[in-house]
Amino acid sequence: MRVIINNKELSGRTGQTILELARENGIKLPSLCYHPDLEVKANCRLCVVEISGQDKLAAACSTAIREGMDIRTDSLRVKKARAINLELILAEHTKKCGDCLLSPDCELLHLAKTYKIKTDRLDNRKKGRKTYRFANAVEIDGEQCIDCQNCVEACSRQGVHYLKIAGSGSRQEIVPDSQGKSACVYCGQCTLHCPAASAQEQSDWPAVLRLLQDKNKIALAQFAPSVRVALGEEFALPYGTNCEGKINSALKRLGFRQVADVNFGADITTLVEAEELLERLKDKKAAWPMMTSCCPAWVAYAEYYHPELLDNLTTARSPQIHLAGALKTYWAEKKQMNPKNVFVVSIVPCTAKKYEAARPEFRRKGRPLVDYVLTTRELAYLIKRQGIDFKKLSPSSGDRLFNAGSGAAAIYGASGGVMESALRTATALLGRDNRSKLGDSRLEFKEVRGLAGFKEATLDLAGRKLRVGVVNGLSNLHRLLPRLKRYHYIEVMACPGGCLGGGGQPLPTTAAIRAKRLAGLYEIDKGRNIRRAHENTAMLQYRSWVKERRLGKELLYTGFKKSRGSILTVINKNKKPLLSFLH
Amino acid sequence: MTTASNILLKISEAGLVGRGGAGYPTAAKWSAVKTALKGKKQGYIILNGAEGEPGVKKDGYIVKHYPDAVIDGLYLAERFLGPEKIKKIYIFLNREYFESYGPGLKRVLAQKKYHLFSEKTEFFIKPERLAYISGEESALLNLIEGKKVEPRLRPPYPTAHGLHGRPTLINNTETFYNVSLAVAGRYEERRFYTIGGAIKHPGVYALPETLSIEEVLRRTDNWPSRPFFVSVGGEASGEILNSGQLSSPVEGAGLVMVYDKERTSRHKLVKYWLKFYHEQSCGQCSICREGTYRLEEIAARKPFDHKLFWEIVDGLEESSFCALGASIPMVLKSYLNNIKN
Repeated sequence: MRVIINNKELSGRTGQTILELARENGIKLPSLCYHPDLEVKANCRLCVVEISGQDKLAAACSTAIREGMDIRTDSLRVKKARAINLELILAEHTKKCGDCLLSPDCELLHLAKTYKIKTDRLDNRKKGRKTYRFANAVEIDGEQCIDCQNCVEACSRQGVHYLKIAGSGSRQEIVPDSQGKSACVYCGQCTLHCPAASAQEQSDWPAVLRLLQDKNKIALAQFAPSVRVALGEEFALPYGTNCEGKINSALKRLGFRQVADVNFGADITTLVEAEELLERLKDKKAAWPMMTSCCPAWVAYAEYYHPELLDNLTTARSPQIHLAGALKTYWAEKKQMNPKNVFVVSIVPCTAKKYEAARPEFRRKGRPLVDYVLTTRELAYLIKRQGIDFKKLSPSSGDRLFNAGSGAAAIYGASGGVMESALRTATALLGRDNRSKLGDSRLEFKEVRGLAGFKEATLDLAGRKLRVGVVNGLSNLHRLLPRLKRYHYIEVMACPGGCLGGGGQPLPTTAAIRAKRLAGLYEIDKGRNIRRAHENTAMLQYRSWVKERRLGKELLYTGFKKSRGSILTVINKNKKPLLSFLH
Repeated sequence: MTTASNILLKISEAGLVGRGGAGYPTAAKWSAVKTALKGKKQGYIILNGAEGEPGVKKDGYIVKHYPDAVIDGLYLAERFLGPEKIKKIYIFLNREYFESYGPGLKRVLAQKKYHLFSEKTEFFIKPERLAYISGEESALLNLIEGKKVEPRLRPPYPTAHGLHGRPTLINNTETFYNVSLAVAGRYEERRFYTIGGAIKHPGVYALPETLSIEEVLRRTDNWPSRPFFVSVGGEASGEILNSGQLSSPVEGAGLVMVYDKERTSRHKLVKYWLKFYHEQSCGQCSICREGTYRLEEIAARKPFDHKLFWEIVDGLEESSFCALGASIPMVLKSYLNNIKN
């Protein structure tokens, strides 16, 4: 189909919108509400264009191209309409740019400059609106909201339906569900789709900066598998670039004493989880299927929506908790540090990990194992804020006691990766038990890879048929739950694509970007010298140490509890008191 | 026997157009729904009698005086689309109409012995204080589905993708009334006019649809003796015309609202409109949600920021999502251009 945009003839496909065609051809169109993952809503009205023969301007995102359409995206008329819309939107967004995570690359600010918006003609109309905080993970700040409704849709797409729109017109507001029929699971998909930093993580970076300035404290950083293939995006590196070496350097430049790789923790999780799988196979009374539990949003979901499944969750701790436990015990002992002075900061692609770190079962001797949790976005912000030129950093390696993990650990960041890692180890362990080489031979389980929301396969585990299912994106659970009993082993990741598409990852995150991060992770797997968790000898040494000290219960395993709702704190800026309750 | 093709032919020959305000050809809409229902799909029929436009009273008048014809119109729609194809028929009324005229409509439904048709028919009462926009057909669909009341993007159109994603025929009360007349061969190219304001005989009148605004006022003995201007179509969204501009037919929902030129406060009238639109904006698109809020704010502030006010009005004209936002510039501009003090 031939279409003319700004006097240039372009060829487009039937069904394509003007916005899609324009962007495909490098023609910039401003937009705030448009997101490729979501329905077209056409409510910000910034992408308006002029079409010959049409009276009104048309929103490019919601208008399909037609043969011979003659479109202007840059006429004075178009610019005028965009400018007034932008001025109005900016005046409903309370600017907190000074310490806003998005400010270094803020689309609102960028557009305000491009369209030379006057910012003094209108008062900020949303000042004083409430902030809703969900546990210590996510918040919705009504003062910054620009009413695009992306967060509500992202929440519904997760099958959670916790965020709602209350009221109408200029009084409308994003609010948590008040019917008591849903609970926030802290996945942060709302934060990943908010263009205005209204839905965002509850920041831990100010506390981390204070920690780094305290010379009496030993600050250790640990970063998760998916962070390394996404952080580069914040510094204009190609999607999927593995930045693990640069991240080590950046964290040390920020002032961390040492950097450990959560991949090491993932190898611990894999071993513990694979052992549990084999134990369940022997135990006639075991709950089937066994389900992964390293995704804290999935755990929160199960604890509220499906408490009947809690016996099915593996008791293996998640990688960040494993590694933090190792750092505060084994590492401190070997390095002759007082564990009381050791502080662990996780850098994760996730908002729910903040909530996980604060769970009471992950405290030891009165302190949390993980002291602070930063998202990938928060780390990027800190690097920028401290003026570190990330692109120019030379790579370095992390702590030598704990290595960077096996290839199996790297793929924890991708949907299917936890299961594949556990299967690599389980087949090997079985092979050893059965004194057969057959079980040991299988390395790759491509059946469970990829971005499809639901995957299933029947695998051969040393002669035994194992039915497995893999879900990413919580709403895909409905495809699995009715037939749950058919399976032996299930992996669930709350976010689309797994952690690589996590709620703490850089903006934007789209299907195409998730695919590139995914490819990056499997590249790392291929390149590692060891690709199975149980081949990680440093990890096995730690494991033996735990056994010697009889610390297994304290450091390796966890449990789950039915929940009555998510933890909501309402901050009313006009009144002082905070209100915190289960909701 | 009224076969489907016969029904469509009669509607088409009568030249019926939608009486909700947009004037879309009825035969085309009905055919579109029928086409969309091909295959196994089921759909819905909705009578839109919410009459949210201030000043307009004709839907109430019709359900009060002609409940038979209204129900017949709905019944013909169900026959035309195929009874097995229709899951449900909704009669959407505001509370006042439902309380006053609902019993009459129910009585007719019981007397007609349309059996299955009557069982499938359900009243849907517009919640009180609900936004003006709920009368807009796609916002109405959201309302019935329990979603936020705001207009939907088009395409897809409700004819193919309406209530619960199914083909849906939505017509105004008067349209269904006209269908029953047309199929019975009694349609006389009349429409209902609501006449109100500074006149002697306010009320609803059935008169030829081709009459000019002036003729409508004169035939009903409502031509004012004092200087006046009118709002045509609807009190909030109607175009404002002076007494020398009344040669065209009445558009929209058929309202002629007469204002006494000397006794109407310019300030109060503009304030009324701005308040009305700010209160009624659904909040979906930025220009209307923010624009209506700011117009009211700017008008109340001194000094009046003339430039900003009109930049926002132009923005509404150019880029609002639905007709609600776009009608604000029309009302304000027609008033200021046509009515000189």
